[in-house]
Amino acid sequence: MKRSPFPHPLPLSGCVELAHGSGGRATAQLIAELFATRLDNPLLRQGNDGTDLGHVSGRLVVTTDAHVVTPHTFPGGDIGSLAIHGTINDLAMMGAEPRWLTAAFILEAGFPLADLAAIIDTMAAAASRAGVAVVAGDTKVVERGQGDGIYITTSGIGVVAEGIHLGGDRVEPGDQILLSGTLGDHAMAVMAAREQLSFDPPLHSDSQPLHRLVAALLKAQPAIHCLRDPTRGGVAATLNEIAWQAGVGIELDEAAIPLQPGVRGGCELLGLDPLHLACEGRLLAFCRAADTAALLALMRNRPESLAAAVIGEVVADPHHFVQIKTALGGYRMVDWIAGEQLPRIC
Amino acid sequence: MKPVAMRYIDEFRDLERAQQLTAAIAAEVEPGRRYRLMEFCGGHTHAIFRYGLADLLPAAIELIHGPGCPVCVLPMARIDHAIALAEQPNTILCSYGDMLRVPGSERRSLLHARAAGADVRLIHRVDETLQIARDHPEREVILFAIGFETTTPPTAVALQRAAAEQLPNWSLFCNHLLTPAAIRAILEAPEAQQPGGVAIDGILGPSHVSTIIGSRPYEFLAATYRLPVVIAGFEPLDILLSIRQLVAQLNSGRAVVENQYQRAVSRDGNRRAQQLMADHFTLRDRFEWRGLGWLPQSALAIHPNYQQFDAEQRFSIAVARRDEVKGCECPAILRGVKKPTDCRLFGRGCTPDQPLGACMVSAEGACAAYWHYGRFRQRPVGESVA
Repeated sequence: MKRSPFPHPLPLSGCVELAHGSGGRATAQLIAELFATRLDNPLLRQGNDGTDLGHVSGRLVVTTDAHVVTPHTFPGGDIGSLAIHGTINDLAMMGAEPRWLTAAFILEAGFPLADLAAIIDTMAAAASRAGVAVVAGDTKVVERGQGDGIYITTSGIGVVAEGIHLGGDRVEPGDQILLSGTLGDHAMAVMAAREQLSFDPPLHSDSQPLHRLVAALLKAQPAIHCLRDPTRGGVAATLNEIAWQAGVGIELDEAAIPLQPGVRGGCELLGLDPLHLACEGRLLAFCRAADTAALLALMRNRPESLAAAVIGEVVADPHHFVQIKTALGGYRMVDWIAGEQLPRIC
Repeated sequence: MKPVAMRYIDEFRDLERAQQLTAAIAAEVEPGRRYRLMEFCGGHTHAIFRYGLADLLPAAIELIHGPGCPVCVLPMARIDHAIALAEQPNTILCSYGDMLRVPGSERRSLLHARAAGADVRLIHRVDETLQIARDHPEREVILFAIGFETTTPPTAVALQRAAAEQLPNWSLFCNHLLTPAAIRAILEAPEAQQPGGVAIDGILGPSHVSTIIGSRPYEFLAATYRLPVVIAGFEPLDILLSIRQLVAQLNSGRAVVENQYQRAVSRDGNRRAQQLMADHFTLRDRFEWRGLGWLPQSALAIHPNYQQFDAEQRFSIAVARRDEVKGCECPAILRGVKKPTDCRLFGRGCTPDQPLGACMVSAEGACAAYWHYGRFRQRPVGESVA
């Protein structure tokens, strides 16, 4: 057995120091003892400047996502699991099977090593549950006051099966819009953790990987037109993007949109619109009307999407408006949010 | 903190009851008669758009949006003053969300000042500012306080605590406004006397303001101007019921103050809150409102007993007078004379992302409500335009 080059193990009672980002022995020890052991897999073990993924067949998809959420831990997850799920879901929305992830960490000097270890533990657990490996990484340390403890950027590569072509430009009038679960749980759970609000029943982030749900949906119906996860900006932003991309209009039915009581109450209390709240484990599916019932039934039979619902439809509209029929039968526009509503939620 | 359990939401948004109310209103409006009703509060404007209530009402009911958005009616000079306060060295300026986005002169807002290095902080509660002052004894902490009577008592409590603690580095830039003066100004405006000017048949009265001051301060509207007033809650059924009450008053030729929002408002209001206001503030002789001009006895200043906490006295700031943005119709919109869509900047130079006028900033501003909920560009739903 090789002797460790580090005379003393990294004390978890300590903090991140500038030396941990210097590229010297302290950096090597942080990576070896905190990151490599927890995220361990054969590709990461290659230990070179880059990771050799070998030959890959099929169409590749790549994505990248930065995470700056505060507080770092919230009911239902933390910045580590969020960073894994966020990138997996971006790949899944392309119809891709997520294969490899990379992770870059920007740490602020003074961040407790125990907290960092806990975050990497949840990252490792999330990656393992999702069946995806973190195969490369990087760590930088910034001075105290120059960051907010920890920022994580994850990138991902996935492979798309033959015959799958998802895209906003494929959405067309007559398509039905399915939402895979309740809206805004993630944003409200983070907001509640930040403002020390609590809900009865308790509210948890919806952060979860969606690639298995997507695989099941595409297996049942490969001709789905488009999948999107409504993260920042919420369903309102996603639908406005689609309306412009596809050159269509959208009509929603407010009464059909599933909401947790806590999200509803929190929105009343804080003056927020649930359509603007971010989700981290929900998707919107656009499909032909004839395929809707089967896909909805499939969704409602899976743990990721028990509360799925058809929330609206795509219409022809040269103005590309998103409108909603309110619970009282009137109509209003659903617009992109202006300015910042809930900063630092993902 | 105790768990949040929101109840009684659905009861005030019940579809069946809403349909009963709108059917009753449609049956009760007199043929050929117009009912021009001003909702004073931005909160009502927001709710009317949020629930699409105008779609449910007969064409005879015309809703006119009033100036009841405290962010919207603050003149440019006060924004410039706040920016100048924030840009002083060693200063932390605190205010509420929308206030940070309102443009002062040269389109500069507090958010711009923050981006350029000023320490401007968004707060949700006034007592956060006291804690910031305790945490930073070496810096001046200024609360940029705005709002109508609803938000004034909490500011009074902050002033009371600062005085009790003798917090030397905390001060208040006071911009608290009084609603009755603004309603009077709209009714007294020269254009209101002219044919085709703003003509109001009835008023949906402020309700959160009235939880503090009661419904009594609006009785002059009925007595002097023969205007029916219904103090209205903010839920859709509250608003529909209040509209029905106004229609009934107008049909029978009555003009009284009725209180639809009885679950929160009484005739005399919250005496304890009123006492807090009286103890900590005095009436300003006059104050400038965007759109309404200089109105007598329409705003509050800090009571002389607490003048050491008055940021206007502690820091000498000279603010140059600026004209409003050319072409901006906020003043006329705030008086109910014009609609947002009458403004040629609406949706062109001025959007919620790049607001020129204050009415486009706050969610309670008429222009932002028009823009977000978009009645101006709405086509009939169900009639797809190919």
